[in-house]
Amino acid sequence: MGKNKSSVKDNAIQFLFKYGAIALLVFIIFYFSTISDAFFTYGNFTDILRSISIVTLLALGVTFTLVVDGFDLSVGSTMSLSTVVAASLMVWYDMPLWLVLVLPLLIGVAVGAVNSFLIVVIGIPDLLATLSMMYIVAGLHRTYTEGYSIYNNMPLTSGGTAPGQLSEAFLWIGQGQMLGLPVPVWIMLVMVLASYVILNHTRWGRVLYMTGGNAEAATLSGVSVKKVKFTAYVVSGIFASMAGILFTARVGSGQIDAGAPLMMEAVAAVFVGYSVLGAGKPNALGTFFGAAVIGILLNGLTILNLPYYAFDIIKGGVLVAALAVTYVYAKKKFSKT
Amino acid sequence: MGELLLSMTAIGKKFGPVTALQGAEFQLNKGEVHAILGVNGAGKSTLIKILSGVYPQDEGKIRLDGSDIRLESPKAAKEQGIYCVYQEVDTAIVAELTVGENILLDTFAEKGNPFVSKQKINKRAYSALLELQAESIDVQQKAANLTLAEKQMVLIARALVHSAKIIIFDEPTAPLSIHESEKLYAVITKLKAQGVGCVFISHRLPEVFEISDRITVMREGTLVKTYETSEADQDQVIEAMLGAALSNELEPRAHDIGTTLLEVENLSDGQKLKDLSLTVARGEVVGVVGLVGAGKTELAKALFGGTPLTSGTIKLSGKTAKIKHPADAIKAGMALIPEERRKEGLFVQESLETNASFPNLKKFSKRLLMDRKEEKRFADQIIERLRIKTNNTETPLIHLSGGNQQKVAIGKWISLDSALYLFDEPTKGVDIGAKVDIFKLIRQLAENGKGCLYFSSEIHEAIGISDRILVMYNGQIVKELSRQEATQERILLYASGGKEELGEEQKLGERQRNSVSI
Repeated sequence: MGKNKSSVKDNAIQFLFKYGAIALLVFIIFYFSTISDAFFTYGNFTDILRSISIVTLLALGVTFTLVVDGFDLSVGSTMSLSTVVAASLMVWYDMPLWLVLVLPLLIGVAVGAVNSFLIVVIGIPDLLATLSMMYIVAGLHRTYTEGYSIYNNMPLTSGGTAPGQLSEAFLWIGQGQMLGLPVPVWIMLVMVLASYVILNHTRWGRVLYMTGGNAEAATLSGVSVKKVKFTAYVVSGIFASMAGILFTARVGSGQIDAGAPLMMEAVAAVFVGYSVLGAGKPNALGTFFGAAVIGILLNGLTILNLPYYAFDIIKGGVLVAALAVTYVYAKKKFSKT
Repeated sequence: MGELLLSMTAIGKKFGPVTALQGAEFQLNKGEVHAILGVNGAGKSTLIKILSGVYPQDEGKIRLDGSDIRLESPKAAKEQGIYCVYQEVDTAIVAELTVGENILLDTFAEKGNPFVSKQKINKRAYSALLELQAESIDVQQKAANLTLAEKQMVLIARALVHSAKIIIFDEPTAPLSIHESEKLYAVITKLKAQGVGCVFISHRLPEVFEISDRITVMREGTLVKTYETSEADQDQVIEAMLGAALSNELEPRAHDIGTTLLEVENLSDGQKLKDLSLTVARGEVVGVVGLVGAGKTELAKALFGGTPLTSGTIKLSGKTAKIKHPADAIKAGMALIPEERRKEGLFVQESLETNASFPNLKKFSKRLLMDRKEEKRFADQIIERLRIKTNNTETPLIHLSGGNQQKVAIGKWISLDSALYLFDEPTKGVDIGAKVDIFKLIRQLAENGKGCLYFSSEIHEAIGISDRILVMYNGQIVKELSRQEATQERILLYASGGKEELGEEQKLGERQRNSVSI
């Protein structure tokens, strides 16, 4: 009798853990569809995907650092920096498009490199090192713009107006359409897929996961843990600057502090992703899924006209539920007999 | 013979679908030391966890002093006077508290006077230590400063403060030196004289025979037999543990030893290791024996590039190898099976497949993408070759027993076909069945022309497996002994820093033929 009950409970947890997030998503979609005709439409779904594309890119970067048992808190600031740098290169300096794309990415690489220097060489714990970098990079980007957002032909503090404008080709990245989907959605999907393949199906992914799982064992199996961590933080920086470029192209100006509110959302998406398909660890598809669940929920609540201020309660609730399922399951799975 | 203190009858326990205990029996008299023996997975830890209140039993009865009791929590067990001295003493000691506070720790959770008096605590703690003849431990110092053996004494004292009826010793001697172990035996004898029932769990047969009054052998979750120690012999007990007679003699080496494979000269690491030189030939098993702390693990790690060297050269097949990182060592043809397999050798939350393919990922990803089928095939291959007991290549390793985990830690190197294998305490915490498999595997590797360095503090085992033995003491190799010269006594002498007197006729004592010890 008792045994039966406990195995039912076990199975329920198993099921929740594997399919809970998907079931939740289906339920949310179903629920909102019955309430609003505007919800279950192609247009609305592409809207949702577009709205989550930037967060998803940030979150993919965070995923890579979490895979190696690190944590990158500086992604928001890095994104802000690359947002204003991309805009300023065009507006202030009239640079060609390729430089506008490459320089912010190099900034991402640089921030990642500094992060890993602090962590790997100096030995500051990941969370603290990237927290410091979060402040430093945020300060850098505000100093760089003197606190102003950057827009076409803006007046300059030195007098006169800025010479350049955001080019059409650049704006297409954030606002254009391709094969029936917005360009940012394509970028996001390609990056999610690439991250998934790399993390789950290549030896590089294996090395990343094992380094995160047990750095000592990985070292004694011939892995250079320092290099692996370095790579993960550089990848994270690159993803953050991609998100920044995308943001500039999307809103058509270089907003300051663009990344700060998105950072925690990205982290939440990654953690919700732990619970997708029973992974129990950071993974690319889960991250995308986590971002989607949050995005769809917010979209639906907007349609429902729920007060905007209450949204964070919902986000927090989803995160808690996902984490609860993940950790209860982990306790079962790895409990020693 | 004392009167009956405890009886556990028809104890059953399941974890999910796995039956850990079924119809297990155990009895303990007052003033008796009763050893429980069994291979890993036989159910002895589950049984003592039930007795100490960690798990509730699914079925069966526990009677203490003639009345039925239920042990629903460790606290309930302590209230009944059942205390456990765990193998990992650090988990039970609060390092930041003083020795006195640690000894009286359980009283803090009691109801009653909420104030604690330092003086009273120290006085009671001191008198408990005095009973153990361990009054040299200062009750006012922080527990963090104690040695492992002293921490154990603190735990025993903690039990004594509460006039324990039963004390369970779970592999208490595993981390102790020989001298410390002997002191512990003395304490146990003393407890015995006071009428305390002692449950003693150990992998080391000789000490079990030395200290216990009775031996209960368990296998597959149930009682096999209880022996009077005075009437039992080792072979009988081993047979009962394994369920079949074990030929405990390794066949003598039948193959020839080849050319020199590894040459190490004047190796130092600036810390522990001082000026070590050694060689290993193809097909040779060289034992490196020393007591705990002699520097064996440091040597293995240094050879493998895990720690930097300050001087010395390492040559493999005549070529100088520059080894700055384990990756270089692996490339040069070395494989290390580290001592702390869970911490250093394996990814315990990952599957056997993932673990097995990891040192040689390139082989399993010809075109960048991982070839899962090939991984599975290799996993199945090492399961068969090393006789690993698991039903599934995808179960996380944490669910495998110590011996099977160790086999995975060895098996993962097989795909690389390394030339030199470094085994650091490969039999630690491994049951005898798996031990024999591991010995056979090492022999097999040697037969195939591989060189093996076998680092161990189990002198018996090292004598059994090695062609040559290097004795380490305090970071140096103090003596080299051939297979014929090596006896337990001589090795122990050198390993503890002694020297044989020259001039005296060296007696090459009859080497014990029982190569495999437990």
